[in-house]
Amino acid sequence: MVIRIITNFFQRIFTNIFAIKKDLKIGLYGPPNTGKTTLANRICKDWIGEELGKVSNIPHETREILIKDSITIKHKGKSITFKLIDTPGIATKIDYEDFLKYGLSKAEAKKRAKEATKGVIEAIKWLNDMDVVVVVLDATQNPYTQVNITIIGNIAARKIPLIIAANKIDLKRAKLKAIEGAFPEYQTVGISAKHGTNMEEFYETLFNVIKQSKKRRK
Amino acid sequence: MKKGIKIQFIPFSQLAGMSSYKRVKFILENVKDKIVIIQGKLKPEEEKDLIEETMKKIGKGFKGIEIEVLNPKFDQNIIARLKKSVADFLVGDRDAITLIGPASFIKEIKKDIKKLELFLKFK
Repeated sequence: MVIRIITNFFQRIFTNIFAIKKDLKIGLYGPPNTGKTTLANRICKDWIGEELGKVSNIPHETREILIKDSITIKHKGKSITFKLIDTPGIATKIDYEDFLKYGLSKAEAKKRAKEATKGVIEAIKWLNDMDVVVVVLDATQNPYTQVNITIIGNIAARKIPLIIAANKIDLKRAKLKAIEGAFPEYQTVGISAKHGTNMEEFYETLFNVIKQSKKRRK
Repeated sequence: MKKGIKIQFIPFSQLAGMSSYKRVKFILENVKDKIVIIQGKLKPEEEKDLIEETMKKIGKGFKGIEIEVLNPKFDQNIIARLKKSVADFLVGDRDAITLIGPASFIKEIKKDIKKLELFLKFK
């Protein structure tokens, strides 16, 4: 009996040590050009004072997984530390000719397209490792696209807690209600990652979802 | 002679007996040079595999696919959606319609909760 109590005690200690060591991973997912890297930069700037990746108007700017370790965010006296993972935009088509419109040479456009296809595959592969996902959607675009539904459907199938960040709400044509209506099962927060609008609500929602994730991991 | 655009309709029964791997392979084989309309829809995992396989095939002459699904589930309230999800799990989702085609000749598929509109490229 005494031996069992001692064994259980040490087991609990070791379990907790490893639970602390395993970083909580938060992934940013979404189609190209929705502002995933802009949001990653906003989070990094808000909490560690530095940016994570380069942003541009040309689709598929992020073609590799970008990771920032040990970001600690604080809310109502509590803090949570996590690893932030910014992923390339998920698409069903990549045409190098689309990049030519942005002034890229044919060789640069072809290289970008090739890297972008690999980036999509990488993003999909990483999904299994995520503890929480923030799906970043462009609030000015139709939310009912199959890419959005596939991303959200796969996160839901893996029972990974998720938040929808409806980005670009600073733009006049943004329709937050359309995104909320398309995915009523999930919490949607309207933000402007570029201008830092409504980030307080975003962090509060993130905190709540991380709590759910911790329960799931136990 | 002018080359036309081929549209193929695939009934639910044709895909129902296939494994997920075969289903994705079958769709990608068929979608290279024609528009495919499927009765029903793929599972999220299959859609993910379809995107992955599409990315691997992008290169000379293949730019990827356009895919949209008209799903009556999206035209319902949350309780009806949940009921439908359970029914779909049990018997398969054959109420939906999936429209897939090569990105090289589909300009756009416009979608809202009630309809799909297909816009083709004519060079």
